[in-house]
Amino acid sequence: MTNARRLQIAIPWLVGVGLFAVWELACRVFEIPPFVLPRPSAVFATMYDYRGPLLEHSLHTLFTTIIGFVLAVAGGTAIGLAVGASSFVYVGLYPVLIAFNSIPKVALVPVIVIWFGIGTIPAVITACSIAFFPIAVNIATGLATIEPEMRDVLRSLGANRWEILTKVGLPRSTPYLFASLKIAITLSFIGSVISETVASNIGIGYLMLSASSRFEVPLVFAGLIIVGAMGIGMYAVCVVFERRMTRWAFRSQDLIS
Amino acid sequence: MPTGNFVSIRNVSLIYGEGEDSILAVQDLSLEIEKGEFVAVVGPSGCGKSSLMKLVTGLVRATRGEIYVGDQRVLDPIRGVGMAFQNPTLMPWRTTLANIMLPFEIVQPHKRLIGRDRARYVAQAEQLLATVGLRQFGGKFPWELSGGMQQRANLCRAVIHQPELLMLDEPFGALDAFTREELWSVMQRVWIEKRFTGVLVTHDLREAAFLADRVFVISPRPGRVIYETRIDIPRPRTLQTTFEPRFVDIVHALRERISQELTV
Repeated sequence: MTNARRLQIAIPWLVGVGLFAVWELACRVFEIPPFVLPRPSAVFATMYDYRGPLLEHSLHTLFTTIIGFVLAVAGGTAIGLAVGASSFVYVGLYPVLIAFNSIPKVALVPVIVIWFGIGTIPAVITACSIAFFPIAVNIATGLATIEPEMRDVLRSLGANRWEILTKVGLPRSTPYLFASLKIAITLSFIGSVISETVASNIGIGYLMLSASSRFEVPLVFAGLIIVGAMGIGMYAVCVVFERRMTRWAFRSQDLIS
Repeated sequence: MPTGNFVSIRNVSLIYGEGEDSILAVQDLSLEIEKGEFVAVVGPSGCGKSSLMKLVTGLVRATRGEIYVGDQRVLDPIRGVGMAFQNPTLMPWRTTLANIMLPFEIVQPHKRLIGRDRARYVAQAEQLLATVGLRQFGGKFPWELSGGMQQRANLCRAVIHQPELLMLDEPFGALDAFTREELWSVMQRVWIEKRFTGVLVTHDLREAAFLADRVFVISPRPGRVIYETRIDIPRPRTLQTTFEPRFVDIVHALRERISQELTV
């Protein structure tokens, strides 16, 4: 491993630690009261004290997020394929998709609660509904940008629409899919935590809401940091999958390393 | 009514678009190509040469006139045609070998047989790669190959399923002169071996004269055939042939016709 490569691995950690250091220092120098902005040292101490409930609630959030995300991948891929493959579906469905995506999902949660009650199901649905849009759009883009010559070569061989879709469309849109997954997974966390905050008695969002109502601000921040950390973790998982599945799209990086 | 020629284009016109914006790309064009013949279509850029390709393969339907391939009238995309463009259009997610085996997965009877007989098909593909000088490169991805190598692979993909009709749309246009001339010989070798009917669209007159049995000159848009000449130089032609007086004369004659047309 070269020094440059080592530095590249170390830098994100250094930046993270540096950020906490600045935060800690600012709190001490400006004597910010802990119920406004707690010091990171206090936050981490709280995190240790409440490790049991934090683990339980954050695992629950992780669980609902992943389910919502997986549903979003399935639904978003299906919609994206339909929109990208047929101009009729595109014209008909796109305005509806955009309208739906413009609705703040927090406004949707009460409706979902009326339908399904509070708890896990609204969190899953909210996560899914917020995450499917970038997936659908990216898949549709991948399909829409197939080179016409590539299509002509297949058509003149006698390929039908299904063969063009499976032999060119799908592989062609995988890099777009994985790019969108990285956005979608972070959006899924936003969705599930929003829903838990509004209507749940379990999950990290609920924990943060009840902590803030008791003015336990360090616990709120502990929850925020955990959500962020889970987001990074899941993002990293997506990146690993992306590299495995679409190595051909990252050829320049591969040639360097 | 078919005429006994393999490809028969009769009084074909093609109009793109509608109303004010419509473009007459091809006008009253007629062409006959015999089975196993290799013809070249040359002309200034924008003369509807590429439209001709799409018309013959049925990717675009003629506005007027009739086109027959074999004894079938072309109304929809015809099946099993080999095609190669200036842009190699290899699939970056497939290895070179997997790329050139693509037609086997689509064209019958190979599509039916390839599952059972994969080894034989792979051997066939590898042998073809060796013919064009890519013996070691089957496992490489297209982007690991040079432009000339990609175009060789592209030609392999166009001919591997033994199409009766091969359509080439300036396949050597983006290559440097040395590679281009080398690929002419490769192309000729493949054609002599397989004897498909070939249609080459190009603006390189030497290329047309080197590869074709007959050369058609198309006028600027709207495209019509304005000149036709038979190249009676025995095969295999070599690069040496291109410096012989009779070859040079043919190229001169072609050039003359085209420049006349452009100055009128």
